[in-house]
Amino acid sequence: MLTALAFYLFASVVLMSAIMVITARNPVHSVLFLILAFFNASGLFVLLGAEFIAMILVIVYVGAVAVLFLFVVMMLDMDFKNLRKGAMQYVPMGIVIGGVLLAELITIFSAWKFAPDADQNLAVPFKEEGGLTNTEALGQVLYTDYVFAFQVSGLILLVAMIGAIVLTLRHRDGVRRQVVSKQQTRKREDVLEVKKVTPGTGV
Amino acid sequence: MSTLTLSHLSPMLPDLFLAVAGMVLLVAGVLRGNESTDFIGRATIFCLAIAAALLIGMEWSRAEILNGMFLLDPFAGFMKLLVIGGLIASVALSMQYLHQDYIVRFEYPVLVLFSGIGMMLMVSAHDMLALYVGLELQSLALYVLAAIRRDHIKSAEAGMKYFVLGAISSGILLFGISLLYGYTGTTNFALLADTLSANMSLGVIIGLVFVLAGIAFKISAVPFHMWTPDVYEGAPTSVTAFFAIVPKVAALALLIRLLFEPFSALQDQWHQIIWFISLASMALGAFSGLVQNNIKRLLAYSSIGNMGYALIGVAAAGEMGITAVVVYLTIYMVMTAGVFGVVLCMRRDGQAVEKIDDLSGLSQNSPALAYALAILMFSLSGIPPLAGFFGKFIIFQAAVESGLYVLAVLGVLTSVVAANYYLRVIKVMFFDDPADKFDSEIAFSRKLIIGFSIFVTLVFILNPSSLVEKSRAAASALFNDSHYVAAESNTDAS
Repeated sequence: MLTALAFYLFASVVLMSAIMVITARNPVHSVLFLILAFFNASGLFVLLGAEFIAMILVIVYVGAVAVLFLFVVMMLDMDFKNLRKGAMQYVPMGIVIGGVLLAELITIFSAWKFAPDADQNLAVPFKEEGGLTNTEALGQVLYTDYVFAFQVSGLILLVAMIGAIVLTLRHRDGVRRQVVSKQQTRKREDVLEVKKVTPGTGV
Repeated sequence: MSTLTLSHLSPMLPDLFLAVAGMVLLVAGVLRGNESTDFIGRATIFCLAIAAALLIGMEWSRAEILNGMFLLDPFAGFMKLLVIGGLIASVALSMQYLHQDYIVRFEYPVLVLFSGIGMMLMVSAHDMLALYVGLELQSLALYVLAAIRRDHIKSAEAGMKYFVLGAISSGILLFGISLLYGYTGTTNFALLADTLSANMSLGVIIGLVFVLAGIAFKISAVPFHMWTPDVYEGAPTSVTAFFAIVPKVAALALLIRLLFEPFSALQDQWHQIIWFISLASMALGAFSGLVQNNIKRLLAYSSIGNMGYALIGVAAAGEMGITAVVVYLTIYMVMTAGVFGVVLCMRRDGQAVEKIDDLSGLSQNSPALAYALAILMFSLSGIPPLAGFFGKFIIFQAAVESGLYVLAVLGVLTSVVAANYYLRVIKVMFFDDPADKFDSEIAFSRKLIIGFSIFVTLVFILNPSSLVEKSRAAASALFNDSHYVAAESNTDAS
């Protein structure tokens, strides 16, 4: 009963805030609604028993991604009104595509069954009582069975970083940079000159 | 769980070597700045050559490592060799272009190298997760390369378009994978094959369709081809050359692996999908190419059409068909490298020109280039005795032998239509009034690539059987039932 109540609460708030993300006039409000949607989605994951994903969703998406969005929205002076102009003409197409996908999902789930030997295929079978928690189960396989995918993901992130730098970094003239070694090797004699000043005469 | 030793990783030695080399070259580039671009480019080619040597020196008998995620077998080995060859050609073709178009950045060869690693991992993927990470590694580097001329609006547009559509296609692919995983409880290809051969459900078929749609986007098969002409036109020409030469080979190898290993039990289902996208790609490639004026767009439609021909071999679905695909891809790759070598030479007063009319009268201004392009165009349109004819011939032969008469007939018809635009290029070069001369300085590496391409195109007919035999050896690895036994013993051991 309580679970059902929690589910409907989280689910309805996710839907409402998702709609607000795309309809809110102020982009900052959109990002804030996005954060709300992430929080409630993580609530749904907790209900499903996937507490690790729930926490990751809060930490990564709310903590990092959404805050980054907020920075981008606030720092870039974009004219969102103009961007949104003409977006309405794509709505019918969007509804058609969304409708087709929805129909497909309904068809899949109404006829859904699991393969009989699906349970044996699982990498780390989930046990109900007294078994491993999600986090432990992931920890057992992430760096062992799935080390290949893990390492290649690292390469992907490296490429993403290179890409971000290649496409955005510009070297401007006249920028003063900190050179630590220069600061360290500076001697007092190079920059300071001690002058004897007789009182009352000035330098 | 077996303990992991370094010798356990030996089947992925070339991939590991390239990954380490990529990182070392990146650090070298960062330390020495953009002046080191030429050095990094040459070092990249050198490292790729070493990787190719390592690969040739290895034994290609079937080996699955890292929990069945990575696989090396004759098919993967041969396709990897093709990928490395294509990478070497694309880096060699682009070095002079980088200087001419002021995009001298040391990241360029490094990104090509990283996307190459992604392609090699795709070819070797034996698990949905491995497939996805390899695909993303490759695509992410390609998106950046398309936009690398960031101050040029068309290049930025190409990068953006490619990125957005690529992200959607990855989403579709992942959705399909999640359905398959939901049904079978595994992402491993061998286990998927076992589970799917025993049972089936509607969800699996929808998952299969989504996965195929995601991959069809990567090989730019109709109806997922929309990005191709714009990206080919907008990206810097050296990047276009790279796009045309290599990634599709890897994606097609991945598609073949998927269809004949995990989805081998679903052949009735996927056969009609492949049949349709093959036909649609051939038709669209042939008819849309007729109205193009830009040589890069023309080659984009040509590549869409050629993917259609290659897919005929996939639809033929036998050892013969896959052999034909491998032969066809090899020949197509060599020809495309040569064509883009010539297209990269189309510069007037330091500016790149890309209209087909700009080629007019080339036979009088620079006959060598004109004859080179003419031979390659004749070959692309499939005129005997050039290599391109042989590629098409073996594909249609495979189609006829497996009873795909409709595809074979329509394939011949569309290639006649497509020949029209290839021959138009030749007509413009030889019979139109000469336009101004092109800039004459051509880097040695580019001449070498064009020369090699023409050499292969011309003399292939003398000894076609050596390539066919190698391709057959590669293709037969997919139809060898012994790998199920190998897969089972592997899972027992772990």
